[in-house]
Amino acid sequence: MSQKVLLNAKEVNIILHRLACQLIEKHNDFSDTVLIGLQPRGVFLADRLAKILEDHYKVKNIQLGHLDITFYRDDFRRGEKTLEANTTKINFLVEDKNIVFIDDVLYTGRSIRAALTAIQSFGRPNEIELLTLIDRRFSRHLPIQPDYRGRQVDVINNEKVKVNWKEYDDEDSVYLIEK
Amino acid sequence: MSELSVNHLLGIKYLKEQDIQLIFETADHFKEVINRPIKKVPSLRDITIANLFFENSTRTKLSFELAEKRLSADVINFSSGQSSVKKGETLIDTVNNILSMKVDMVVMRHPNPGAGVFLSKHINASIINAGDGAHEHPTQALLDSYSIREKLGDVKGKKVVIVGDILHSRVALSNIFALQLQGAQVMVCGPKTLLPKYIKELGVKVETNLRKALNWCDVANMLRVQNERMDISYFPSTREYTQQFGVNKELLDSLDKEITIMHPGPINRGVEITSDVADSKQSIILDQVQNGVAIRMAAIYLLASKIKQ
Repeated sequence: MSQKVLLNAKEVNIILHRLACQLIEKHNDFSDTVLIGLQPRGVFLADRLAKILEDHYKVKNIQLGHLDITFYRDDFRRGEKTLEANTTKINFLVEDKNIVFIDDVLYTGRSIRAALTAIQSFGRPNEIELLTLIDRRFSRHLPIQPDYRGRQVDVINNEKVKVNWKEYDDEDSVYLIEK
Repeated sequence: MSELSVNHLLGIKYLKEQDIQLIFETADHFKEVINRPIKKVPSLRDITIANLFFENSTRTKLSFELAEKRLSADVINFSSGQSSVKKGETLIDTVNNILSMKVDMVVMRHPNPGAGVFLSKHINASIINAGDGAHEHPTQALLDSYSIREKLGDVKGKKVVIVGDILHSRVALSNIFALQLQGAQVMVCGPKTLLPKYIKELGVKVETNLRKALNWCDVANMLRVQNERMDISYFPSTREYTQQFGVNKELLDSLDKEITIMHPGPINRGVEITSDVADSKQSIILDQVQNGVAIRMAAIYLLASKIKQ
C-alpha cells in the first residue's frame, strides 16, 4: 500500500476559506440557508466551514445540521456487513430553505442520491446544492455533480482518497492511497 | 460489533449482551426517525414479512406492523381465527404455504412454548418470536430494558421487581434474562400460587410482600393477571389480589423514594395499578409503547440485514 499527499494542511486551509467565500457570495447572510453535513465524514467539513463563516467572516446564526443516510442507502443487504447508522441532528425546519449538502469526497454519487431522499423526510426544501472538498471525477454512477468543489482529482478504481481532519485524525490532509 | 450473533430472535436466552446493546443503539436512531415529519425509511423495500398470530394480540401486532411499514417492508397478516388451522392444518404446513409466497421473515405469536424454536428448525426464513405461550416475549423485554435505560440512564446496577402473575408470564421470563444479562438485580413478587416453584434457580430474589419489594427496588414492572390462562383459582378474589399486590398512589407516597412504574399492558385499571398511578409522572407505560416501535424496527432491520439476497 502506498500513499501520496494530495493536499497538505496549508492547502486545505486555503481551500476551506475559498469555499466559505463562495458560499457567502451565493447565500449572503444565510438567513434562508442551512448547512447539512453528511454522516459520517462530511460532518467534519461542515463543522469546520460553519466555524470559518462565523469566526472569520462574521456570519451570524448559521444553521448547521448533521444527516445520516444509512437507512436510505441502496446497498442494504448487498455488502458483507450490516450498515451501521450514525446520528442525525437537524433541529430546524428545512421547509422552503436553501440547503447546502456538505461531504468530504464525491465518488459514485450514491450517498448524495440517498441524502436527497433522506432530507425529504424533514420537509420540502426550496433548493439543494452540493459542496465537496474532493470531487473524484470519472467515477460517477449517477448524474450528480457538486456546485462547490475544493479540488477535482482523477483517481483510478484501486485508489482511495482519504481526508483527515485535525480534530479527529491529528492533521488536516488529503491522501491518495493505492490499495 | 455491527451484526447480531443470531439469525432469529427466538428468545433473550439466545442473545449476548452485545446483541442487546446493538439493538438499543439501532433503536436510538429509529427513535429519531419516527419523530420526523415523514417517519418512513426505504431500507426494507425488498423484504416481505408475515405476521402470524395464532393467539390474540392487539398492541404487539400493531407495533410490529407499524415497525415493518415504517421500514417499507411488504406486510401480510394472518390470524388463526379465520384460517385453515381450524381445519386441522399443521403449523409447518401453514407456514410453508405462506413462505411459498416468497416471504423473507416471520413474526409469530403462538400459544405453545417453543413454537418459534421448532419452526426455525424446519423453515428457511428469519423468525421473530412475538410471544410463545408462557415462555418468552423477547421484544417486550427489550423495550422494557430500553425504557429503563432511557429513564434511569443505565440498566446495570438497577433493582427491578416484577410483580404479579409470574407463573403465566412470558414477559417475566424474558425480562429476567434481559435484565440479568445487562447487570440488573431482579426480584419477583406475587402470591405464592403464581410464583413458579423453581424460580429462585434463575438467580432472582423472591418476595411475597409488596411493600418490602417496593422498598427494595428502583423499578416496579407490574404484570397483568392473566385470567385467560388460569384453569384453576390461584387467589381467593380479584379484590383480595388488589389489596395485597395492587399499587396505588397512597402506597407509592408512603415510600421514602420515587420508583419507576412499568406495565406491559393491557392494564386492568384498578387491579394491578390504580388509574392515578398509571397516569402519574412515575409511570413510563406510554414510553414503553412508543419505544416498542423503535425496538421492533431495530430488531427487524438487524435481522433483515442477515437475510441472504
